[in-house]
Amino acid sequence: MSKEPVAVVGIGQTRHVAARRDVSLAGLVREAARRALRDAELTWADIDAVVIGKAPDFFEGVMMPELYLADALGAVGKPMLRVHTAGSVGGSTALVAANLVAARVHTTVLTLAFEKQSESNAMWGLSLPIPFQQPLLAGAGGFFAPHIRAYMRRSGAPETVGALVAYKDRRNALKNPYAHLHEHDITLDKVMASPMLWDPIRYSETCPSSDGACAMILTDRAGAARAPRPPAWMLGGAMRSEPTLFAGKDFVSPQAGQDCAADVYRQAGITDPRREIDGAEIYVPFSWYEPMWLENLGFAGEGEGWKLTEAGVTELDGDLPVNMSGGVLSTNPIGASGMIRFAEAALQVRGQAGEHQVDGARRVLGHAYGGGSQFFSMWLVGDRPPDS
Amino acid sequence: MSAVLKAPLVVEFPFTRSLGPVQSAFLTGLRERVVLGVRTGDGRTLVPPVEYDPVTAEELHDLVEVAPTGTVTTWAWNPAPRRGQPLTTPFAWVLVRLDGADTALLHALDAPGPAAVHTGMPVRIRWAGERTGAITDIACFEPYDGRRAEPAGHTGEFEAPVTGIVAAARLDYTYSPGRAQTAYINALSGRRTMGERCPSCRKVYVPPRGACPTCGVATSEQVEVGPRGTVTTFCIVNIKAKNLDIEVPYVYAHIALDGAGLALHGRIGGIPYDEVRMGLRVEPVWTDGARYPDHYRPTGEPDADYDTYKELL
Repeated sequence: MSKEPVAVVGIGQTRHVAARRDVSLAGLVREAARRALRDAELTWADIDAVVIGKAPDFFEGVMMPELYLADALGAVGKPMLRVHTAGSVGGSTALVAANLVAARVHTTVLTLAFEKQSESNAMWGLSLPIPFQQPLLAGAGGFFAPHIRAYMRRSGAPETVGALVAYKDRRNALKNPYAHLHEHDITLDKVMASPMLWDPIRYSETCPSSDGACAMILTDRAGAARAPRPPAWMLGGAMRSEPTLFAGKDFVSPQAGQDCAADVYRQAGITDPRREIDGAEIYVPFSWYEPMWLENLGFAGEGEGWKLTEAGVTELDGDLPVNMSGGVLSTNPIGASGMIRFAEAALQVRGQAGEHQVDGARRVLGHAYGGGSQFFSMWLVGDRPPDS
Repeated sequence: MSAVLKAPLVVEFPFTRSLGPVQSAFLTGLRERVVLGVRTGDGRTLVPPVEYDPVTAEELHDLVEVAPTGTVTTWAWNPAPRRGQPLTTPFAWVLVRLDGADTALLHALDAPGPAAVHTGMPVRIRWAGERTGAITDIACFEPYDGRRAEPAGHTGEFEAPVTGIVAAARLDYTYSPGRAQTAYINALSGRRTMGERCPSCRKVYVPPRGACPTCGVATSEQVEVGPRGTVTTFCIVNIKAKNLDIEVPYVYAHIALDGAGLALHGRIGGIPYDEVRMGLRVEPVWTDGARYPDHYRPTGEPDADYDTYKELL
């Protein structure tokens, strides 16, 4: 028996900011869930199961927060699952929910991911003082910067490419009312002039720390037929993992990322992603990861990703727009960041992305990764069901 | 084989909590010696209050005051209180249904011994002398045979409400790095870097983990690597990291020690930061009493050819 087609019929986000001191964790997730229900014109009673995700519990210091959030998400008396795959969790949470619909276990599933970074300090949470181990020598960006230098060496990319990405994403964020950073006076010169923190990473090429949540309502074909607004259809979805460190690990283009993308394209019948996909929401925590992931995801050949960025192909009006929403560079509630990518991809094919809508977007990729390039999760969504 | 290393690991952080409207009223009430519950759609009063109805999922905001007296619904004796618990002498953990409430609140009961505690016993709140808007504003419960108190009908509106709290958390672990890393750490004390070779793929893991993550097989063959190595990639750190006493700018590098199957991380010194390059040949510089090399410095050898280290970035 074939899989049930999976449709996204409701999407909700909070207005992402540095600190939401006005709401509890419960209040934060509730806001996104309510907006998703309203978008789908459904009630709590219409939801069969809840799948929730967030990054490490140390990021808020509430152990197993899903237990306490059941009331806020109408999950009492229903199956509730919590997913954790580090920074990719928002994506893998959506995929776990989607698989429950595809397997006909449930008809309509609420999936949600969140982070309230203001309640803790992510850098502390990721660098506990483990006895006998050498302390981290470089701070948050120090993990990423050497990989970026490796990419620059391998590809011969000019030094300006990272700044171009940041300038583009911050301008895109100005068109997205939910984005955290709204830098109205952003210029390329300002990005270039921002302090070089972890050379080659400049301050303006790093992601912010945000409080936020994102929710989606996933349903089956019959549910999609009842939906008040156009659904987005999942055309392919996959997850892959590999160790964070092993001999032969390629941090510039991890094998797990390549394999994950190839699986999604195979499911969706995509043979030339560059031509057949109309846009991508890619998890780019530091600007240089845009050209790196363009290669990893098969949008460009090895060493060629930066040329797409430099030529303006990834601009909002380019022919492969990337991070139309402003991306992780403009909004980063860590656990939610992956789901925001998935949700923004769905908004595009539903034609509901507002000012950052790509005209005629029919197939858009949502991508998430995390855990030092340990986990990858992706989906491709389209404006038509998979078998049409 | 020498004994596997062990050491205490304390994980401690002052988490902050934004309370939202219901918890804000509840904790502010405790500060004012008022216990508030919340009324659900079916007319029950939940104490402690919650923001959303567990049955209907509706938002709750109808706050009602309950009495500071109540009844123990169940209990467990705690013969050996630990740090941070409500009382320093042995006490009972109790669930107390306060008069006017339909649910029970978890707290401590000050009682001389387990024989003095029973389900159904009447108790009352003993308020803390100094109250800040926290659950610890209730110092504990105490046995009480007197008249049931009547709630004053407070609505939950307070001057200067508490909107956030700091929840200091502390976890105490005993950490052991395991057999393979113990051998590695012990070798470091003799300024030698020991890895373990995978019997299947032949790669040398430094530090060793006792198993090859690619092949999934145990490793045991000890292999000394270095001391020299190659800078495979790096960044220049321009901002001071917390708790690190290193002058910026400095170079943080991936260093593939000769013979190692993957790079480890270290600081580069003995050369201006802007002259460090991929392929630079380096050696460790040790300082007395330190477990790890303080930094690595150039050996003066010609730079390594990119092809020799491109798999080790």
